[in-house]
Amino acid sequence: MRTPPSDGARRLGRTTTRRAAEAVVRAIIHVCGWLAIVILAAIAIFLAWNSVRAFGEAGLGTMLSGTAWYPTSDPGKFGMLPLILGSLFVTGVALAVSVPVGVAAAVFISEFSGPGVKDVMKSIIEFMAAVPSVVYGLIGVAVVIPLVKDVFALNSGMTALTGGIVLGVMSLPTVISISEDALHAVPFDLRQGSAALGNTRWQTTFKVTVPAAGSGIFAAVMLGLGRAIGETMAVLMLTGNAAVMPTTVLESVRTMTGTIAAEMGEVVQGGLHYSVLFAVGLVLFAITFTINLAADLVLERQRKRWRR
Amino acid sequence: MNALLLERDGTLAYTAGAVVADDAVDVATREDATAAVRGTFSLSGVSVAYGRDRVIEGVGMEIPARSVTALIGPSGCGKSTLLRCLNRMNDEIGNVHVDGRITLDGADIMGKAMDPVELRMRVGQVFQRPNPFPMSIYDNIAYGPRTQGIRRKSELDLLVEESLRGAALWDEVKKSLKKHAFELSGGQQQRLCIARALATKPEVILMDEPASALDPISTQQIEDTIAELKDSVTIVIVTHNMQQAARISNQTAFMLRESLEEPAHLVEMGDTKKMFTNPDDSRTESYITGRFG
Amino acid sequence: MSGMSRTRRARRSEAVARAVTGLAAVSVVSVALFVLAYIVYHGIGAIDWTFLTDVPRDRGREGGILPVIVGTLWVVATTAGLTLPIGILAGIYLSEYAPRTFTTRAIRLAITNMAGVPSIVYGLFGLAAFVLLAGFGRSIIASALTLTCMTLPVVITATEEALRQIPQDLRQASLALGATRLRTIYKVVLPAAAPGIITGSILGLARAAGETAPILFTGAVFQMRKLPDGLSSRFMSLPYHIYAQVTSVPGWSPTLVWGTALVLVAGVSVVSVVAALWRSAQRRRVKW
Repeated sequence: MRTPPSDGARRLGRTTTRRAAEAVVRAIIHVCGWLAIVILAAIAIFLAWNSVRAFGEAGLGTMLSGTAWYPTSDPGKFGMLPLILGSLFVTGVALAVSVPVGVAAAVFISEFSGPGVKDVMKSIIEFMAAVPSVVYGLIGVAVVIPLVKDVFALNSGMTALTGGIVLGVMSLPTVISISEDALHAVPFDLRQGSAALGNTRWQTTFKVTVPAAGSGIFAAVMLGLGRAIGETMAVLMLTGNAAVMPTTVLESVRTMTGTIAAEMGEVVQGGLHYSVLFAVGLVLFAITFTINLAADLVLERQRKRWRR
Repeated sequence: MNALLLERDGTLAYTAGAVVADDAVDVATREDATAAVRGTFSLSGVSVAYGRDRVIEGVGMEIPARSVTALIGPSGCGKSTLLRCLNRMNDEIGNVHVDGRITLDGADIMGKAMDPVELRMRVGQVFQRPNPFPMSIYDNIAYGPRTQGIRRKSELDLLVEESLRGAALWDEVKKSLKKHAFELSGGQQQRLCIARALATKPEVILMDEPASALDPISTQQIEDTIAELKDSVTIVIVTHNMQQAARISNQTAFMLRESLEEPAHLVEMGDTKKMFTNPDDSRTESYITGRFG
Repeated sequence: MSGMSRTRRARRSEAVARAVTGLAAVSVVSVALFVLAYIVYHGIGAIDWTFLTDVPRDRGREGGILPVIVGTLWVVATTAGLTLPIGILAGIYLSEYAPRTFTTRAIRLAITNMAGVPSIVYGLFGLAAFVLLAGFGRSIIASALTLTCMTLPVVITATEEALRQIPQDLRQASLALGATRLRTIYKVVLPAAAPGIITGSILGLARAAGETAPILFTGAVFQMRKLPDGLSSRFMSLPYHIYAQVTSVPGWSPTLVWGTALVLVAGVSVVSVVAALWRSAQRRRVKW
């Protein structure tokens, strides 16, 4: 019924060229796999290399502790403290908005809503994450600036608060989706065990699920923080960009990101100011790198915990 | 021709051997050397270790061509691992180390000279769970031949039909070859996987509990298929179903791992009828009669 | 008696918790809908044939945004051409080849960290590496390379996750038929994982289309008389156009700027939503 496997025309062998081609493709795959490390290292190296002049002439300690940012005066003053504080003020407001709202919304999505609601919420969050930051900036200009100006009776609505509110909204998708993942990853038996002890759904959530997902929620907050501190366009359009030491969130501030974006266009390439802006970038890179590393380590530990 | 071999650990290994091919026959000349009967495996001193954990030790057996050989034993006794040695699928799992000597029609399949990719064109495998590719029925079957470089439509058409007939699936699907393979029932999918393995014209087909995920009727169909196939291809089947082994196989090998501390070994191997009626080893008898495992 | 009151208290706190978290969810949804509605309401008036086909006039206060749209498409297409092959190959490496060692862990760490690097820092890197050192100048290619570095983590992660969804059985079946690992990946694993890979990549590229900071110093310009004619050309871009209008054109036209924002958001979100819907449809069709 079946021809026995004896026909001589079988092409079993692979040719040498074929093997060579396979080896080449494998090599390309390996190179691409390693590219992430290469790029990340290249970013650090390029930032550091271009900052060398700033470190030499302005000094890292002087820059980090200086309170005066007058880059175009002669000689220029490159105190980064107003910028760092500006970033912190804006980011603080952003977290005050995004963490409570985001975590609560994540708890609602994960613990109290049906699959239909969940799908709708997820696509809405997807939409929020897809809106470009310059568009958030535009909405901030049209809506939040006048609102802050009127509510607090200020001369200008361009404040750290304004930028922070908009940034908070922008980091909501990050906070919600990562918190939701963390809550979702808590094993079902754990909840069932709690329910079997006579706990209500909320008691289970509050006493068991949220603490169990705690590290993941912490990571969500960290990543939201990273997103907020690195955000550029919206803060550039909303905070007024006054490079002075801020005292309250109702003042205009200039963030690190905003400084780079606003000033890089007008500097002499290779000049001191140019180099200082790279140094600002390097500080920013170091901060976000630390935050992301911490968040990643926390998330990895959580993944290990729930792996069976 | 039967032979009794004395294993180096002193275990008696019963060998139901057909032609034990000469070790000197190399890959290039195997076509004419064993043109008549191909698909004979010969194992000696085969040991397998996962990392430091030795799971199989000192297995020797002769697997004759054009017959069904069943590997039986309690779960965890290394049957599937041993099966995967025969097409070197263990290579694809990291950290597995295989020792000893395995020849297919006299050619060493463990050495550097043997390309595992070419070996697998000669030694097909059917898995525990049906695992058709997410493509049409036709493309599933044509996958192997295309891998071998066959492109001509007429040739592929012929192979597809022949393979589906071989797996007793042709009549059910001949009008819907373009249908997605996932639309078939579980039993049909498994016969599709058999057909897919047949399409590369292998000398041997390895089956790893091919009916364990199927209902009784589908199991029956798979067994019928195996019965028809054994005239043209060597079949090695792992099964934990004693009745199945008794029904379909010509010879049976019983493997056992007596405790977790020691590796599994071959207890005995022989003609299926004899193994099931009058085994030499008392452990075989206890296992077959269901006293453990 | 005390048991009763405990139950009642539990029930009340349950209701409060639902209300509070529900309120948070509702406010998130309201903000999102407000953003959407606001953009559509203010922008829809600008959308007409002239707007989409004319060049900006009077520094963007009048006319249309054709070169702005075309410039964006140029950059996104170039970015896609660079990111997709590299990202997919890197994803293949991680899922199919990478050993479980310290170095693989380091690669993963690098990828998650790349995703967290601020976009303005990518802008600095692009300026130093592609514009100046590589000598591309401010151009489409320099911007696309910068955006590629930014988008790579998204494509790599999407590819790796999609490949991991494919059951090991399928790879084994292909290998057992005498296919090489490469052929197995190319013929079986990649096609099966395609929906996830494509959707993830599209989402990443849509984000790239909306980025401003990375293109700020690498090639985007405020005004161009003609359309880009090659990879070394400078370009106009939707997000940069919005930013430039608002910050450096006194008396900017709100209608035209909101129209530009609507075009950008509609483009990005329609593509994202379609991609996401397509993926879930594919998932429903094929169950492993």
